[in-house]
Amino acid sequence: MRHRWLSKLAILLLAVSMVGVACDRGDDEGNGGNGGNGAQQAGGDLLTEVIDRGTLRCGVNNTVPGFGFDPGEGDIDGFDIDFCRAFAAAILGDAEAIELVPVDADNRFIALQNGDYDVLVRNTTWTASRDGTEGVFFAHPNFYDGQAMMVREGEFSSIDEMDDASICVTSGTTTELNLADYFQQRDLAFTPVTFAENPELQRAFIRGRCDGWTSDRSQLAGIRSVWPDNEGGPESLAILDEVMSKEPLAPGVLDSEVELGDAINAVTNGLILAEELGVTSDNVGQLAGDPGGSGPIAGLLGAPVLDPASGESAPLDFGLGLEQDFMVGAISAVGNYGEIFDRHLGPNTALGLERGINALWTDGGIQYAYPLR
Amino acid sequence: MASSARSAKPPLWRDVRVLRIAGQVAFVLVVVLVLREMYLNATFQLDQRGRSLSYDFLDSRAGFGVKEHFISYSPNRTFWRAFWVAVTNALVVTGVGIVLATILGILLGIARLSPNWLLRKLAQGYVEIIRNIPALVQIIFWYTAVILAIPRLEQSISLFGLGYISNRGAAIPTLKGGADFGAWGLFLFAGLVTAFFVRRWRTRVFDDTGQPHYRFLWSSGTFVAIAIAGYIILGDPFTVEIPEVGLRSLVGGIEVSPEFAGVLVGLVVYTTAFIGEIVRGSILAVSKGQKEAGEALGLRPSQQLRFVVLPQAMRIALPSITNQYLNFWKNTSLGFFIGYPEIINITRTMTNQAGHELEIFSLLVLIYLGVSLGLSLIMNILNRGVALRGATG
Repeated sequence: MRHRWLSKLAILLLAVSMVGVACDRGDDEGNGGNGGNGAQQAGGDLLTEVIDRGTLRCGVNNTVPGFGFDPGEGDIDGFDIDFCRAFAAAILGDAEAIELVPVDADNRFIALQNGDYDVLVRNTTWTASRDGTEGVFFAHPNFYDGQAMMVREGEFSSIDEMDDASICVTSGTTTELNLADYFQQRDLAFTPVTFAENPELQRAFIRGRCDGWTSDRSQLAGIRSVWPDNEGGPESLAILDEVMSKEPLAPGVLDSEVELGDAINAVTNGLILAEELGVTSDNVGQLAGDPGGSGPIAGLLGAPVLDPASGESAPLDFGLGLEQDFMVGAISAVGNYGEIFDRHLGPNTALGLERGINALWTDGGIQYAYPLR
Repeated sequence: MASSARSAKPPLWRDVRVLRIAGQVAFVLVVVLVLREMYLNATFQLDQRGRSLSYDFLDSRAGFGVKEHFISYSPNRTFWRAFWVAVTNALVVTGVGIVLATILGILLGIARLSPNWLLRKLAQGYVEIIRNIPALVQIIFWYTAVILAIPRLEQSISLFGLGYISNRGAAIPTLKGGADFGAWGLFLFAGLVTAFFVRRWRTRVFDDTGQPHYRFLWSSGTFVAIAIAGYIILGDPFTVEIPEVGLRSLVGGIEVSPEFAGVLVGLVVYTTAFIGEIVRGSILAVSKGQKEAGEALGLRPSQQLRFVVLPQAMRIALPSITNQYLNFWKNTSLGFFIGYPEIINITRTMTNQAGHELEIFSLLVLIYLGVSLGLSLIMNILNRGVALRGATG
């Protein structure tokens, strides 16, 4: 009796596994369009898929104030989130057609490769190995960041004074490497205390476990802005001036999805160009109808441009697979680059960041967009 | 007719021997198919991403710093070295931790059965509270609420000027070897060997004459005498290094980091509760007659426990305690949350610097598996040593 039961079970198991195998194979084939196995497909079908699906899924941060932060009710907001909105407005014509997928620093690339989301906008540093090994196609940096050191006000005025200091750092970022390089170059001893998450690190820092806290300047500014008042508030902390590393933060997609990548690159550049050309969320509607003979603005907003050869006016088509006026929707939804910056990071926000090198090239910064023509 | 019908072969699908074999074959087939599918899936996915498994990156420069290491390390060493730093860090916590947890666990188990009501209830309360709270919660509690609450470096607690405790770490004096330190080590070794023979001699005297043996006093006295003699002959083979409070860290001595202490205390407290219960159960499993026999011989209760009950109880407890050792080893991974540079912590950094998630993950699996199996092997050998001879035959 028992054996018959066993053999039946075994056969059942076998059958189930066959079904499983079949399903798996089916998945493998169907997955191509899902971004996961996109490498085998001709690039660009993720853009089509996003348009067909009607929503854009962005891999975002929900723990960094200003960039991507969830204040508790589940509606994540921030600088990066506005870029996601701009992408959705440009690609789908609806800035709210987004799905925000919070991802950790260390699983963001795996999740991207798995097709868990379409666009990475999660204060991610563009590096060569992420370009190569991780297979990410990065768009124009939306924020030029740099690693900095935060200390208790008055304890240090420069990293050079920090010999033999304990430095708190979160694991899973490029930060640990820059920290070691920076201190080694200056022949300073240091003790890295590496935490998994910011809350544990913050508690340790408050208790005086570390002399310094190193991370990207933007992140430190965010953390400092919400420093608990019973621990002295933001004024009890200082972010030192030294720049320990270059951290160009850029949105990205999978290498294989170059058409989607081109699209978000065009939007990122377009937002910067809009600021340069003085196109804002207020005047974009009016300028789209009447660019007033300005070629660059017409190109940006997809307004008809006079073709001197034929003498006819027609909107330019960049061949990006987007509507010709894709930037109008994006700019109406979130404003130009300067507006987004001021809303989430600027001097009037809790973060209080100056534009610094993120100012337009015309203002002495390095934000310089390609022309849309 | 009836008998020949019964002796006729049943159809195949009702033949118990055939079914038995078929069941086995089917099972093996399922296992093989599942494994094959997993392998194919992995290679297929890798191909899709244009990647292949390669462990070459382990030989390139790690570049990141590691706070504490029991083997030498600097950011200029390789990823491979960083990985072994992580493994030794986890092993050291495990080694120290299981010794402490075993000693405390035995005491706890005995206390659970104590005739003293207060002690018994305290022990029971300890077990009930500790074993019902997740290890991670306890580790974070010990680290943030207890260890980080110790005064800061500037207000370090002084241990009579010999050691210091602060929330940057604790330090105690250490021996710093001079030129003749190795030679002194030989003296110590000679002392140990002599002490061993002295102990044997005292035991023989006791067995032969019944005179008190005092073998502990004799042997330890011999050892200390030889050690001191060696020290005088060699002339200061070592100096004692007393730690000092530096500007931003404790300097000198043997240092214990807050993170190490957090993992160690958290896991020892946790594991002690489980070992205590195992010991209690094992003591109860020793037949009552054994204790009564000890009583009949005129042994004091402490002697009954030490010479009659505990040796038999430990024999019963050993396999279950092995499980706790394995748990301890695996639980060191929780140290990640409080910044102890154990295997998860370091491999996470490695993954972020070098990519190669799959390769690093395979290393993780292999090292946890390997050390666990190694621990099991040692404990099984130990178990075989204490098991009742011929108990099965």
